[in-house]
Amino acid sequence: MAANPLDQFKLQNKFELSLGGLDASITNSAVWMIGIVAVTSLGLLWAMRRAEMVPGRSQSVAEMLYEFIAGMVKDNIGAGGRPFFPFIFSLFMFILVANLAGMVPYGFTVTSHLAVTMAFAVFIFVLVIVVGLMRHGLHFFSLFLPPGTPIFLVPLIVPIEVISFFSRPVTLGVRLFANMTAGHILMKVFAGFIISMAAAGGAVAFISWLPFVANVAVTALEMLVAAVQAYVFALLTCVYLNDAVNLEH
Amino acid sequence: MDVEAAKYIAAGLATIGMGGAGIGVGIIFGNYLSGALRNPSAADQLFARVIFGFAVTEALGIFSFLVALLALFG
Repeated sequence: MAANPLDQFKLQNKFELSLGGLDASITNSAVWMIGIVAVTSLGLLWAMRRAEMVPGRSQSVAEMLYEFIAGMVKDNIGAGGRPFFPFIFSLFMFILVANLAGMVPYGFTVTSHLAVTMAFAVFIFVLVIVVGLMRHGLHFFSLFLPPGTPIFLVPLIVPIEVISFFSRPVTLGVRLFANMTAGHILMKVFAGFIISMAAAGGAVAFISWLPFVANVAVTALEMLVAAVQAYVFALLTCVYLNDAVNLEH
Repeated sequence: MDVEAAKYIAAGLATIGMGGAGIGVGIIFGNYLSGALRNPSAADQLFARVIFGFAVTEALGIFSFLVALLALFG
């Protein structure tokens, strides 16, 4: 009967590789990640192959993506955010293309693995702490005390701020993972309905087009989710970096 | 009661918390829409803040999802 909707997330070794006893095999996830990086970088290079004053179609797309992220970095971090623009742009492009590549039939969704999204989230968390400590020294810890807090609220506010600061990498990583995983399971469950309803025969088989229509709508929704989650991830990275770059005193 | 069954019940109960996050996200987008319809020229500037509010609210739904996972596999 219909396959298990969780089978799509299974890792398969494509190329056995061992580095000093560590299992460093190239899995289907790694193959897709290499492909995503290649498509993104080569695609942008191709789009800018003839940089002209009046951009053509492909150059317009590349410039729109660039300006979209540049505007987001400028609005959220300000002038101090320029050094982080390449990082946030690469992050956004990788997650956007990874999410959209997962929508390709038989594709593998790289961002549906917690190991991948948490690696991003923990890297951003450490980056925020390192940048904050480098720019502001120990003043960085005034982040845990919002300016203008009444003195009798301090014992209450500081633990809340500390907990919310340490929950950032968890929510950042799990948000992307949960959205992609849930959406892809939903699509496969609806696809399973089509098969099992058509196989049931009789009146049930007659209405087996209903889950098909639903699946088309879910696919459209998942395209939107793929773009929105990439945007949310990049935006939250900007907001968190803003705390480290422009500390409020 | 079987421990395995209790785990599934606990995971199911933990998902009730997502209802609260759903209400919060609905309020954010509902208010954004009513604000954007009253003053369409300000809609674009507000969108980044809407998404930020949505992400922060959704974090609480993610916590209930984590509690469900912990109940299932913890």
